[in-house]
Amino acid sequence: MSGLEITSLSVRIGARRLVDAASLEARRGMITGVIGPNGAGKSTLLRAVAGVVPHTGTLRLDGVPLPRPGGRARARLIGYLPQDHGVHWPVSVRRMVELGRLPHLGPWRSLSGADTEIVEAALARTDSAGLADAAVPTLSGGERARAMLARVLATRTPVLLADEPAAALDPAHQVGVMTVLREEADTNQRVIVVVLHDLSLAARVCDRLVLMEAGRVIRAGAAETVLGATDLERVYGVAFSRGHVDAMPVVTPVIRPPSGGGGGGWIDRDAGGA
Amino acid sequence: MTRPFVVLPLILAGLALAGALSGLMIGYVPYGPGAVVSGLLGIGDPVVTAIVREVRLPRTLLALEVGAALGIAGAALQGLLRNPLAEPGLIGVSSSAALGAVVAFHFGLMAWADWALPATAIAGAAVTTLILLLIGRRLPGTLPLILTGIAVSSLAGALTSLALNLAPNPFALNEMVLWLMGSLKDRSMDHVVLALPFLLVGGGILLAMARGLDALTLGEETAQSLGVHLLRQRVGVVTGIALVVGAAVSVSGAIGFVGLVVPHMLRPFVGHQPSRLLLPSALAGAALVVVADTVARVLPTNQEVMVGVVTALLGAPFFLGLVLRSRRMTP
Repeated sequence: MSGLEITSLSVRIGARRLVDAASLEARRGMITGVIGPNGAGKSTLLRAVAGVVPHTGTLRLDGVPLPRPGGRARARLIGYLPQDHGVHWPVSVRRMVELGRLPHLGPWRSLSGADTEIVEAALARTDSAGLADAAVPTLSGGERARAMLARVLATRTPVLLADEPAAALDPAHQVGVMTVLREEADTNQRVIVVVLHDLSLAARVCDRLVLMEAGRVIRAGAAETVLGATDLERVYGVAFSRGHVDAMPVVTPVIRPPSGGGGGGWIDRDAGGA
Repeated sequence: MTRPFVVLPLILAGLALAGALSGLMIGYVPYGPGAVVSGLLGIGDPVVTAIVREVRLPRTLLALEVGAALGIAGAALQGLLRNPLAEPGLIGVSSSAALGAVVAFHFGLMAWADWALPATAIAGAAVTTLILLLIGRRLPGTLPLILTGIAVSSLAGALTSLALNLAPNPFALNEMVLWLMGSLKDRSMDHVVLALPFLLVGGGILLAMARGLDALTLGEETAQSLGVHLLRQRVGVVTGIALVVGAAVSVSGAIGFVGLVVPHMLRPFVGHQPSRLLLPSALAGAALVVVADTVARVLPTNQEVMVGVVTALLGAPFFLGLVLRSRRMTP
């Protein structure tokens, strides 16, 4: 298979299984969304693939097992954009984005001309070129999210993991970030895996979805199938109203408890339909 | 883009060199630069040659070594802990080196061999480093490292007080107390040569860790996702600091504030990048200590002022000024 293949991946911390024998596929050229309630193990799954937490199970990229976690070889294949955007020193955006080239640098070697070009390209792609000399702590939330995205784009890894890349962003920035990820999937045939809480956004930008509950993958498939299934209400413990607005899927939680049938299925509410 | 990062070390190296030259010139009998140079080359007046080579040169070289060690160790530790208030003394290496030295005074080991004092001090630093590394292996993270450092520091402090308390005679007590203040008085070329290998190896290790320190700017998890081996990084930085600080404290006693103030002062000039802070901090530390030691020597007091006292007297108000002037760094 061309892409990332995760087979029975488990993460244990003490007696707790944060991820329990999760298996999934994320293909090249596609955005794979990981959804599920808080504590389902979505972020832990991403951190395990990134090699940041110890795990068991096998990971293959294009059929080849991934190198051991925590090494530079793994870092050259997997780019990871964590949820928190902490920067401990007020470095400039350009310096921060340059850190994305670290896995590719030999010891004692400084950035080559090619590295600098990649950094500038990543800045341009995320519309951050104008911010290149600004200190990261002075940026607004949206600017910071773009700068962080530029940092992970500069790794040029075939796999890109992003944990809630659109959280706390205004609609325009959400669209901007997701558009960049879409382009990475389409034009560079990267494997993109994103954790998302906004199910409508997930329905719109993800090709495939993986639904997690209590550390397990309980459903995987095309976005509309996963979101249309009845176990979505059970997993989240809330009823959803599904529909289409201007031909775009919308999934929103409703306040009332699920009625007899327990939800599921899509109701078309196209503009002008009523 | 890279030019400022070459210019700054050059300027600081020039400052350290000028400081060293003035350290050789200034003294009980002041000499001009010509006399100092001919003294160093051994072609001038034999008295001048003797004073410059035997008295002032070891002291000046030692000041450069100690300052460089404290500067680079402070910069590396601040980078590892991502905290501008970290200071090489924090991980307990300095206080254990001091304890080793006090033990040597207590038992009068110097009567037995000249190098006994620095040797016991280095042994003290080594024991603490081993404890830090063993605990760091079992409990990952920077918090256990700091807590272990604090525990070891207090233990070493208590044992040092005990040694002072039970001092065999008033002279030993006097020697211990003065030594603890940090001084470069009456040091020989032996001290310079003894400290040098530790400084070179430790400094080399710290420079090799520079890139990992940069990655840590983004936090431990992101650094790891960029291929930084966290345990190896921590072990490398702790070992490097232990080598350079252990050696520095062994030959000079505890000289405070250099490791804290110097990296803090230079950080804005290197774009706050931890890797680019290491070398300039070493050079600026060397310049600062050599100047402070010259000041300590020429102050007209009936007993020579200890260089550790001078750095603290200069450093503390300066640091306070920096704190008051600095705006808040993070939102």
